[in-house]
Amino acid sequence: MSQVQTSTGPILTTDGIPLKVSLKKAERKNKIRAFLLVLPLLSFILITFLVPIGDMLSRSIDDRQINTVFPKTFEVYKKWDRQGLPSEEVYKTMFFEVKNSEGYDIGKASTRMNYSKSGWKSLLKKSKRKFKKIEEGPYKEKMISIDKKWGDPEYWKALGQMVDPTTMGYYLNAVDLKYDSNKNIVQQKENRRIYNKTWIKTFKVSILVTFFCLILGYPISYLLATLPLKYSNLLMICVLLPFWTSLLVRTVAWMVMLQQKGVLNNLLVMSNVLADENRMQLMYNQTAVVIVMTQILLPFMVLPLFSVMKTISPTYMRAALNLGASPLHAFYKVYMPNSIPGVSAGCLLVFIIAIGYYITPELVGGKDGQMVGNWIAYHLKTTLNWGLCASLGAILLAMMTVLYWAYNKIVGIENIKLG
Amino acid sequence: MSQKDSFVKFEKVDKSYDGEILVVKDLNLDVPKGEFLTMLGPSGSGKTTVLMMLAGFETPTNGEIYLDGNPISSIPPNKRGIGMVFQNYALFPHMTVKENLAFPLEVRKMEQSEIDKKVSNALAMVELQDFGNRMPLQLSGGQQQRVALARSLVFEPRLVLMDEPLGALDKNLREQMQYEIKHIHEKIGITVVYVTHDQSEALTMSNRIAVFNDGKIQQISSPDVLYEKPNSSFVAQFIGENNQLRGKVKSISGENCIITTDSGDDVHALKININNNGDGSLVSLRPERVAINSSENFENNFEAKVKELIYLGDHIRSRVEVCGNDQFIVKIPNSYKGANLKEGATVKLSWKASDSRALDLN
Repeated sequence: MSQVQTSTGPILTTDGIPLKVSLKKAERKNKIRAFLLVLPLLSFILITFLVPIGDMLSRSIDDRQINTVFPKTFEVYKKWDRQGLPSEEVYKTMFFEVKNSEGYDIGKASTRMNYSKSGWKSLLKKSKRKFKKIEEGPYKEKMISIDKKWGDPEYWKALGQMVDPTTMGYYLNAVDLKYDSNKNIVQQKENRRIYNKTWIKTFKVSILVTFFCLILGYPISYLLATLPLKYSNLLMICVLLPFWTSLLVRTVAWMVMLQQKGVLNNLLVMSNVLADENRMQLMYNQTAVVIVMTQILLPFMVLPLFSVMKTISPTYMRAALNLGASPLHAFYKVYMPNSIPGVSAGCLLVFIIAIGYYITPELVGGKDGQMVGNWIAYHLKTTLNWGLCASLGAILLAMMTVLYWAYNKIVGIENIKLG
Repeated sequence: MSQKDSFVKFEKVDKSYDGEILVVKDLNLDVPKGEFLTMLGPSGSGKTTVLMMLAGFETPTNGEIYLDGNPISSIPPNKRGIGMVFQNYALFPHMTVKENLAFPLEVRKMEQSEIDKKVSNALAMVELQDFGNRMPLQLSGGQQQRVALARSLVFEPRLVLMDEPLGALDKNLREQMQYEIKHIHEKIGITVVYVTHDQSEALTMSNRIAVFNDGKIQQISSPDVLYEKPNSSFVAQFIGENNQLRGKVKSISGENCIITTDSGDDVHALKININNNGDGSLVSLRPERVAINSSENFENNFEAKVKELIYLGDHIRSRVEVCGNDQFIVKIPNSYKGANLKEGATVKLSWKASDSRALDLN
């Protein structure tokens, strides 16, 4: 029996090739085939999803643009000890770079400089105009004589935040912090603190919406899963019906329903539940956002719940009853634990969609109901502060990742089931 | 059977789901304590509905069910104290085997020490002592089956219902489990109502078998009586293999009668449920009661032509044509004296009049 293999040696095929090598060879074709099948989608996702996200993430810390407008100024600026006013050399370099730059570049740079210290924009605009008349030095005095902001050390110190090609400024801004002129992190002024409140509000609304979706969606999903097919189909259509209507139309319909002179208030007044002067304020506030988003996101809760509940055999409940459990106890001990994967999937799905929601708060939220998504849209379209947009977005993304990670730790991601 | 020794009693029970079709019709049934009663029938015959009414998951549309003398129609299933083994076991997938077994004891608020004791006893009974901490899905079908059985018995119910519990198992395992269930029943003397559509399962395990068809019990008796003395052509066809000769009643004399088959042959048979001369009848005859080329003198002797021979090891199954029926089966034991038949040969078939039963036409 000399040919008997030792247990430590690799297992060989009949041809003497190691089994693992042979297996790899045999499976290579399948692997290539699988890769080719996913390739179109992979490249699509890469181009339309990963690249933009990467770009966005880099934008949230990117501060190179300003350095391309004032490269020399920042070179000499670095040598400055940041005490009092900078030297004539700094003034001189700044003077020529402002004078010789394109107006467009100055505009962009001044926008960035304004984030660090407001006043820079008007200062540069004015200076660009007046610098044309100045032919020779001393530049320091002449610049200060044009605008005495040039003689304010605060403005010069603010430039220090922009020396590096990357900045955390946008992120600080997104959580109501900022750099002071000495590059220490401090709180924003009281009247400019808006984002932390918005973050809390966004979380609050998302949690409320998820909660209401769950308590409204669970019973209906249970009914759907246990009814005979012909009824459950009809009910399913009712649940999905909102999906077939435009989001905008639905939201506007809610505006008709909920406003002060709207259907709901009118009905309540007509039936003498409310006095005419006590009409409820249901529109243009957080209440409206929660109500409308709950309605819109309900199908995202019902569908995963339904598909999981559909797989829970009704005999489990029967068995529990048969073994002596009361219907309530049987539900709590047997049905609910088996529906947890659907609950987690539904909650995670609704919460993720809710936290980045934009259109509904925009239309029905009023001032009180704005969420982070609305601020992103605002800065994207109105103030053009894309760096701040990107950092708000990146924080959202990070939060979802943390949430996902925590979920995986606590519940286990393999417990998510969509069907 | 008197009211006294009837432990489970169905009295004039009707059941309809849609108000148009009765799935159970006027059911009257008594099950004495300790009996293993099997309800056997094709699917849709109402047997499972009867079981569900007994378990409390369906309410009778009419009539009453008594358990130990008390009407139970208004008692919810969780208060009936009846154990049940479900078709697909219905083990709770999120609980370990032990937790599954402890469930009925916990809802009865037993002491933990007592629960532990009973659970380990139940596991020992089905020989799964080492599997208590496994999840049900980590067990094989047969093991899951045993856990389900143990769970239905662990709280010591008065009555256990089984709804085709072996349906999902392969043949060998099924046979083994049949004996196991039978032995457990004999050991603890519990009353069992068992539902199946598998006749060999019913014959193996039961004290009595109730054959269901079309919402009614066609015949209820012990396995041997059911097999040897079916009292309707449905039962004769449903239980075991069965040769049928179709014809008309020629004459009736006491317990015996003569049936003229469609091919014109006269067959002597026992009169079972025919009444008048000239009525249609099916003569039922078990294949193993037919002798080939026998020298013995039986009432029925016919020439037959061998159509087909199928070798089955212990016996040879031969299909012959006799009395106009070419699906007539004869089982020839594979012993030293039989077994030199050829296809196409002509043989002499003979059987006793007392083995052939003249039944209604159904």
